[in-house]
Amino acid sequence: MGELTSLSWVWETPVFPATPSSLFSASQPAKGIDIRNTVGNIPLEWYEDFPHIGYDLDGKRIYKPLRSRDELDHFLDKMDDPDYWRTVQDKMTGQDVRLTDEQVALVQRLQKGQFGDASYDPYEPAVDFFSGSMMIHPVTNRPADKRSFIPSLIEKEKVSRMVHAIKMGWIQPRRPRDLTPQYYDLWAQEDPSAILGRHKMHVPAPKLALPGHAESYNPPPEYLLSEEERLAWEQQEPSERKLNFLPQQFRCLRAVPAYGRFIHERFERCLDLYLCPRQRKMRVNVDPEDLIPKLPKPRDLQPFPTVQSLVYQGHSDLVRCFSVSPSGHWLASGSDDHSVRLWEVNTGRCLKTIPVSGVVKSIAWNPNPAICLIAVASVLLLNPGLGDLSATSSTDQLLSAFSPPEEPARQPVEWQEASAEEHGHGLRLRICHNKPVKQVAWHGRGDYLASVVAAAEHTQVLMHQLSRRRSQSPFRRSHGQVQCVAFHPSRPFLFVASQRSLRLYHLLRQELTKKLMPNCKWVSSLAVHPQGDNVICGSYDSKLIWFDLDLSTKPYKVLRHHKKALRAVAFHPRYPLFASGSDDGSVIVCHGMVYNDLLQNPLLVPVKVLKGHTMHRDLGVLDVSFHPTQPWLFSSGADGTLRLFT
Amino acid sequence: MGGLEKKKYERGSATNYITRNKARKKLQLSLADFRRLCILKGIYPHEPKHKKKVNKGSTAARTFYLLKDIKFLLHEPIVNKFRDYKVFVRKLRKAYGKSEWNTVERLKDNKPVYKLDHIIKERYPTFIDALRDLDDALSMCFLFSTFPRTGKCHVQTIQLCRRLTVEFLNYIITSRALRKVFLSIKGIYYQAEVLGQPVVWITPYAFSHNHPTDVDYRVMATFTEFYTTLLGFVNFRLYQTLNLQYPPKLEGPKDKDGDDEAYAMDSESSLEKLSALSASLARVMVPVTEEEAEMDEFPADGENAEQEEGLRKEREAQDRHKRLFEGLKFFLNREVPREALAFIIRSFGGDVSWDRSLCIGATYDEKEPSITHQIVDRPLQPTPVIGRCYVQPQWVFDSVNGRLRLPVEDYFPGVLLPPHLSPFVTEKEGDYVPPEKLKLLALQRGETPGNATESEEEESEEDEGEGGDEEEEEEDEEGSEKEDEAKLKVMEEQRTLGKKPQVTMGTLDKRRQLPQEEENEAKRLAIMTMRKREKYLYDKIMYGKRRKVREANKLAQKRKAHDEAVKAEKKKKKKAQA
Repeated sequence: MGELTSLSWVWETPVFPATPSSLFSASQPAKGIDIRNTVGNIPLEWYEDFPHIGYDLDGKRIYKPLRSRDELDHFLDKMDDPDYWRTVQDKMTGQDVRLTDEQVALVQRLQKGQFGDASYDPYEPAVDFFSGSMMIHPVTNRPADKRSFIPSLIEKEKVSRMVHAIKMGWIQPRRPRDLTPQYYDLWAQEDPSAILGRHKMHVPAPKLALPGHAESYNPPPEYLLSEEERLAWEQQEPSERKLNFLPQQFRCLRAVPAYGRFIHERFERCLDLYLCPRQRKMRVNVDPEDLIPKLPKPRDLQPFPTVQSLVYQGHSDLVRCFSVSPSGHWLASGSDDHSVRLWEVNTGRCLKTIPVSGVVKSIAWNPNPAICLIAVASVLLLNPGLGDLSATSSTDQLLSAFSPPEEPARQPVEWQEASAEEHGHGLRLRICHNKPVKQVAWHGRGDYLASVVAAAEHTQVLMHQLSRRRSQSPFRRSHGQVQCVAFHPSRPFLFVASQRSLRLYHLLRQELTKKLMPNCKWVSSLAVHPQGDNVICGSYDSKLIWFDLDLSTKPYKVLRHHKKALRAVAFHPRYPLFASGSDDGSVIVCHGMVYNDLLQNPLLVPVKVLKGHTMHRDLGVLDVSFHPTQPWLFSSGADGTLRLFT
Repeated sequence: MGGLEKKKYERGSATNYITRNKARKKLQLSLADFRRLCILKGIYPHEPKHKKKVNKGSTAARTFYLLKDIKFLLHEPIVNKFRDYKVFVRKLRKAYGKSEWNTVERLKDNKPVYKLDHIIKERYPTFIDALRDLDDALSMCFLFSTFPRTGKCHVQTIQLCRRLTVEFLNYIITSRALRKVFLSIKGIYYQAEVLGQPVVWITPYAFSHNHPTDVDYRVMATFTEFYTTLLGFVNFRLYQTLNLQYPPKLEGPKDKDGDDEAYAMDSESSLEKLSALSASLARVMVPVTEEEAEMDEFPADGENAEQEEGLRKEREAQDRHKRLFEGLKFFLNREVPREALAFIIRSFGGDVSWDRSLCIGATYDEKEPSITHQIVDRPLQPTPVIGRCYVQPQWVFDSVNGRLRLPVEDYFPGVLLPPHLSPFVTEKEGDYVPPEKLKLLALQRGETPGNATESEEEESEEDEGEGGDEEEEEEDEEGSEKEDEAKLKVMEEQRTLGKKPQVTMGTLDKRRQLPQEEENEAKRLAIMTMRKREKYLYDKIMYGKRRKVREANKLAQKRKAHDEAVKAEKKKKKKAQA
């Protein structure tokens, strides 16, 4: 079949619809059967799977010629059959057709791009439809319109309008516009005062920062980033970087490449200029020294304790409390190791150790110099038997002089005499509370004793009278958990510190006189100025609060000197000093001058930070107290020692 | 409590500000037009002091403009031009759609244009104001003048930028106003003092740009539009102050050599020649021979004498600086950045030339015997000519910054260059000063560091010593407070560690009575009593100070380590040689 198969569409399409049979009739093999295509002009693939193509007039199938030829047969045909090249398969009937000579010639002509009809001559001489030569007679004989020789009015009007416009200078010839800008002296008449109203709020854009050494193409070696610094730089957000480029070193100017972010940086500057909100900010340009308040020099406020001079060692556990005797010779300390120790102040010698049952939370020496008595919280009254013999004996006499009344009144607590053995230790009386006692406090005259019980009732505070061995509960209602109490040094007042507030009760009139608001989370300790008009209280949120009772119920000053919770505060009975001990292990001594002049507010100046106690179980200093006559300070700490600062 | 209830947000700061969208609606402009207007008029958002009040109680992020600014924009004539332009575009599109080419022609001829002259005058009422704001304008124009002539922006803009920057450079050369130059990795920084105002600009290195895709060129083009107008007027005025012709013309009669015509087209050659920066400019009037008026001498008062003396010295130094390269003849090899170096050398009075085939405007040949310096950036010169110094380009830059001609030995071709320092850094008390800077300062004071080869090691040792001193000082400053605390602690510990239950007498420490320590303690106590707010501020300031010291220390340490490493390397080499 060869090269002609590609032309098979020529036969399928009705190019010569009238002559298929006439074309083929000559080439039919002489079998006498006219095999016509009966299925019409349809794609022959539809019959591909069938053995027949269409049906004849009788309804019988017209079978396709048997085709069982393989490639070998084709090859043999090619070799043997001299007409093989002009044999094509008729797709409509499936027959092999041998093309006649005319058909072959036609195909060859078409392949050459010539006309199919061999007799057609495309190059015949052209015959003009109209002759090119001028004739004397016109083609049509229509006379010319009148308007063709009369000038147009409309056009005339148009032209005259244009002429008028040109005359008036409305229309001007187009001339190329010069787009190059013209410059002149813009500031010829400059007026420096011509500042617009909006310029009052004008915030000029800050200039770009000038480059430093690191930006150089050949910076000093210290400005180059090390490997870690470079990694850190790469990890940072671009907005957080201190330098917006990586410092690099090039050996010569020739080696410096273009900077990749140049256009970016200019663009960002543009964005900053028109998009960034501006605000005038006052740069704080203060000398830090000016911020430090000017205080009187500590040297001018002497005396105050400055150095640690004695350490009282002996307790094996926290020393929660201690008390100095009114004479200032002795020291009584109570500790978690279930003992009370008595010390000589000047030598640091432990004179006595008195075992007690349970932890000693509070201890107080009777302030009356004539009575030698210590109250230990739980509550025991001890006669230490130290110092003036007459005082100790008179104390014993005083205690033994008590004769019980005829009809014992009902008391909230029970008073017990000490047994003989305990008497030997110095124990004289036992006031049995049914709850653990947090604090004991003596009244200034030494006859009354207040105790704070750890219970959430109205009987938290109890008052005991030593001479009559009577106790009573002064309050009918409780206002929160009482932290500590203190007697006013000269007047019949009782300070009661609850968790958030500080109340001042008049004991004779039995009424609430004042309620002070310390504004702290949890009051820990309380101390009253010897003149009685000022109170300090320490809190667990590391504040020391100074109240001036004459001034207001609000704090006069809040001192935040300590880093951790305050455990104890104390006033000096004679000197204008007060101290606070805290969990951070330090004791801060402040000068607190109170003037008699009512118009002058107290002057509070910290004068010394005393350190010495070591930290133990996150506790530092647990109690502080001043010497009654000297400017000395005692402190007890969680490390089991007491220290004297002079 | 009578009277009407006051409504919220109807007075006070809430009425002074307007959000961007509202402003846009008020001006009836599209966002792009609004942006362009803001750029041209220099309107920027303000950050209100109480954002929530201004935002009517909401905390959403919004940008606020001052209402006065927006009202001020309402009267701007170019707003109308923007609208005209919009109409023009619409008409043009219609004409195109209808294929009415005549109309298109006509419309294009009548394209609305606006002028920015009045805006410049309004934004910068005085010439000095304009000079103060010239930094960004120059940098932007220098960048745009390096753009390729295709895409990104109009060719006219690029040409205009080029023209204006060349004019500006010529002015700087003529007025000898250049002060500092700096080769950074980003580009070359220049600082000039124009009529007493410092002007800083940066030019990129001469490479083709890799245009980023995330940059809006329209914004930059709008800025450039404004900046070119500004720079044009500034140039005009500057040329006027020097009695120069504007637009600039080159000095001397026009030589009609065939050479120039062969080089470029006639129209372009003038700008090209101008941009070669090798010839001086023509003046309107021929200057009188005595150029600079002598300063009047006033009889010096006792008090001011010293001050005046200082001023006079400063002036003299500046004059000397201006004439730094006077009398020197430079020749630029073709591998060095020609324009930058020609600009710098010419603005300090030197003569400069280059290979004739490199650029127009070469004034003499390489073989000229009177050349004193040849600037080379290649490792080796094949046949050096006797009688001239071959230096690397950094020599020019360092000499300008150091205000004196530095010794050329360190800058010979092929040698390891000394670090190039930024002239913009002025070290304050306590800052880190690189040793090279110290050396330069010594040179400026007139101390000669002796023979460089001899004293190299000594110098390095000196440097180390100095560095060490600094460190110690800094430590002193920083640690004075902590020091005594630490000592106290040690003492206390020693005391408490005595195991015996004995009481030892505390010995009075003599150190404690030193007044210095006492003062320190008093200061610590005073700091303790500070109020919360002041304490915060104080802590912040002190933190900043400490950080500065830390950074300086770090740099010093790095330098020390580096120097030691270099030294060790040297020794090793010596040993290997021996």
